[in-house]
Amino acid sequence: MNLLLLAFIILIAGAVLCVVSGRFPRFLRVAGPAVTVAGCCAGLIPSINSLAFGEKISFQMPWQIPVGSFSIAMDPLSAFFAGAILAVSALSAVFGASYLKRYEGVRNLGIHWFFFNLLVASMLMVAVAQNAVLFLLAWEVMSLSSFFLVIFESEKAQVQRAGWIYLVATHIGTAFLLVMFLILGRENGSLNFECFTLNGGSDAISSVVFLLAVVGFGTKAGFMPFHVWLPEAHPAAPSHVSALMSGVMIKTGIYGLLRTLSFLSASPPSWWGWVILIIGAVSGICGVLFALAQHDFKRLLAYHSVENIGIIAMGLGLGLLGISYGNPVIAFLGFAGGLIHVVNHAVFKSLLFLSAGSVLHATGTREIDHLGGLLKKMPYTGIAFLVGSVAICGLPPLNGFVSEFLIYSGSFEGIVTKDMPAGLAAGGVITVASLALIGGLALACFTKAFGIIFLGEPRSGHCDHAHEGGMAMRIPMLILVAACFVMGLWGPVIFRVMARVVGVVAASVPLSQADVVGVASYWIILGRVTVISVLLILAIGLVAFFRNWLMLRKRQDVAVTWDCGYLAPNARMQYTASSFAHPITRLFRTFLRTTSRVSSPAGLFPKSASFSSETGDFYGDRVYKPTFKVLEAWLSRFRQIQHGRLNLYIMYIVLALVVLFIWKLR
Amino acid sequence: MDLSSYMAVPLGLIMAPFLLGVINRTKALFAGRNGSPLLQAYFDIWKLLKKDAVYSRTTTWIFRLAPAVCLASVVAAMMLVPVAGAAPLAFKGDLVFFAYCLGLMRFFTVAAALDTGSSFEGMGASREVTFSMLAEPALLIGLAALSRLAGSFSLSGMFGSLSTSYWLSAGPAIALVAFAILAVFLAENSRIPVDDPNTHLELTMIHEVMILDYSGPDLGIVLYAAALKLWVLGALIVNIFVASAGVMGMAGVAVFLCGMIILSIIVGIIESVMARLSLLKVPQLLVGAGAMAVLAIILVMRFVK
Repeated sequence: MNLLLLAFIILIAGAVLCVVSGRFPRFLRVAGPAVTVAGCCAGLIPSINSLAFGEKISFQMPWQIPVGSFSIAMDPLSAFFAGAILAVSALSAVFGASYLKRYEGVRNLGIHWFFFNLLVASMLMVAVAQNAVLFLLAWEVMSLSSFFLVIFESEKAQVQRAGWIYLVATHIGTAFLLVMFLILGRENGSLNFECFTLNGGSDAISSVVFLLAVVGFGTKAGFMPFHVWLPEAHPAAPSHVSALMSGVMIKTGIYGLLRTLSFLSASPPSWWGWVILIIGAVSGICGVLFALAQHDFKRLLAYHSVENIGIIAMGLGLGLLGISYGNPVIAFLGFAGGLIHVVNHAVFKSLLFLSAGSVLHATGTREIDHLGGLLKKMPYTGIAFLVGSVAICGLPPLNGFVSEFLIYSGSFEGIVTKDMPAGLAAGGVITVASLALIGGLALACFTKAFGIIFLGEPRSGHCDHAHEGGMAMRIPMLILVAACFVMGLWGPVIFRVMARVVGVVAASVPLSQADVVGVASYWIILGRVTVISVLLILAIGLVAFFRNWLMLRKRQDVAVTWDCGYLAPNARMQYTASSFAHPITRLFRTFLRTTSRVSSPAGLFPKSASFSSETGDFYGDRVYKPTFKVLEAWLSRFRQIQHGRLNLYIMYIVLALVVLFIWKLR
Repeated sequence: MDLSSYMAVPLGLIMAPFLLGVINRTKALFAGRNGSPLLQAYFDIWKLLKKDAVYSRTTTWIFRLAPAVCLASVVAAMMLVPVAGAAPLAFKGDLVFFAYCLGLMRFFTVAAALDTGSSFEGMGASREVTFSMLAEPALLIGLAALSRLAGSFSLSGMFGSLSTSYWLSAGPAIALVAFAILAVFLAENSRIPVDDPNTHLELTMIHEVMILDYSGPDLGIVLYAAALKLWVLGALIVNIFVASAGVMGMAGVAVFLCGMIILSIIVGIIESVMARLSLLKVPQLLVGAGAMAVLAIILVMRFVK
């Protein structure tokens, strides 16, 4: 516990240190990330402890705030999320040190590092807070500090717009959480988490709390249709901040949802599971579809976060269905798969955002169609992006496969068990179909991103001076690459840990002897997955060795790419990201509504022609924009009482106090 | 353990290119030609392994690594497919690993195609990911229907417990699944009616255009991996029919091999009597296959207890 408190002290004191040393950028370059790394190391030790031994440590302190109490605790569920948050934060901070070098002297980096460390501290606090007031306070600090990080380049109109959308979205989400905690507090007479239980309460109240949690936490996590802020905010932020936000900050939404589920009744109605499962399937499929239609690689990655949150949600929904229908094996597999995907996604998404940051740093553009051939100039970044791409597609032998495998297994368990209610089988079929479709689409999307950015010939002058970033940028990426491999093979190890984590969420599920056997059999199955993955890696090595041995004694000529006899091929004639994705975007055109502007060549000697296409966000353009317009029109009536004169406002306050006073006396 | 339980991988590794010979001979018969020798694919691969190579100056190590990844991943997938009821490795959920191994193969084939920077190869890659995106749900839902029927979701367990009695109780569902997987098999292996392996016009091809820039030993490995992919996906279809006959041991291996040859002849017949579909019609075929798989699983869930 002392180490956990030490982590908070380091992070917050360090944040203050950063803000006062804003005028010494060279000092900050070391101090800013050093503070994060030190704080994260201090915090990682208790979380690993808790995960390894399943112990729960807690701490309480008197606090001045009414009905609040400064109580924090670290149980395996908290530790699981805290571990991911701290590891990714430390690596992003190291990357940021190098990434921000070009802004030294131009911007006040002290403020940036202040908010960065504050964001890490507040995310950690969200994971360990045990009181609703403390939780909401940390939640708000997290939202605000990330908002200030997003608007780093605040003079750009696009960044301002992104920051604004993010600020509004996150506060609408928080409003739902406020109501949710008020209901929980009123029902239980306390705002401490350990008192929260709705076992005795009516189903209606539980269901209201559940729905509020889905909307409130879902807004942070990026459930479709509450995801609109993600594709705006993540591209606007500096890349190491995007990695942090996309990799771990949105997962606090998943954490909050799970924590709330642990308060709610032991036998949730089956429609809860269905709600989460359907939201997951919709987020997954639509997220990847919109990603496929993007030309901006950071926007593409942001939509992929929506997709992966969808996969996580499908796991959780399956787990809930398992609880509702009384099948602990499916419950376990669903929750374990979803939770492992949380960590896996944290690893490969931060890896992808960091390598995207490295590309942006080197070329200055986020347009996929302006890039090409970067693998030759930036070999480390290229490998990092390749490994991240293979992992995010869920392909063996990397880590994405392990979690998707568990979710698939849960679905198949539901499909094959014949004495179960039909609901489980139907849920299983929907999950299998969605995951298969998502898998295929993700493969299309990442072969596009990797292939167009890193392979082929450069498509524009942006790539001319591209070069690899400094060591501080390379090392975090290489650590994450190693993590993708290690976590792809450690299935049996993480499986043991998951038993403790899932135990917190689904504490109410009685595991009969047969089910314990059923769950434990997956330890062996994951062992076999590891064996065949190792065999796969060995086979790749063996065939590659055989090929190189064959090539040793052979002549290898170099020529141009086969061009069908065309005489003057140039780099502009290559397939682009848009043309690569076109067959799929065309299939789904009714939903994607890509708009394109074409000015076709005209006349006998055409001088210019151009083509550009854009895919806006379906919900942003067609749901939220009209809704907010109507709301604004209606609310603007109240402007009449807003005159901007101080004396009037004081009068309002006095009037309100008088009315309250009279109401109280009555 | 008798010898037959170790046969799955060696049999596939040795016999896979033979199927190409059978397909081509069938097509030759239909066209009234004598056709190439049955072992032509072996000759081709052997010849290519001995040749020198030419590389495009645009390509990187991805282009050179891809054949190794393709071959290794299809061999890993092969380890999970039972022959005569036995696979070297079987576990619950291995069908997911099977499908995703083929995904890994596809990822690297497509990446290698994009590595050349040629728009023809980009075109092929784009078509490949589009069609396989539609084929993947059809394959997995089809297998899910079979696993519901057989009560097991490992490939060995699933085909092991399919017996003739299931054909009586759920014949239509099994036939639907077999048809859906046949469509996936034709699409994934770039056969007519989805792609024409014999065409020499770059604009119309899928698999052949993606490997256009390969030469020498690399091309040999790529061709061999493609033959193995034909084998593993074909083995799924053959297993549906052969496994329910319940012949075990060496006799089972022989029956399985006959099944594979019959499947190749059927593919040859399909290629002889059909024209290639227009590219815009291919998604309809694959979505149709997916719909059949969904129908099969509904039938199985509703009518088979």
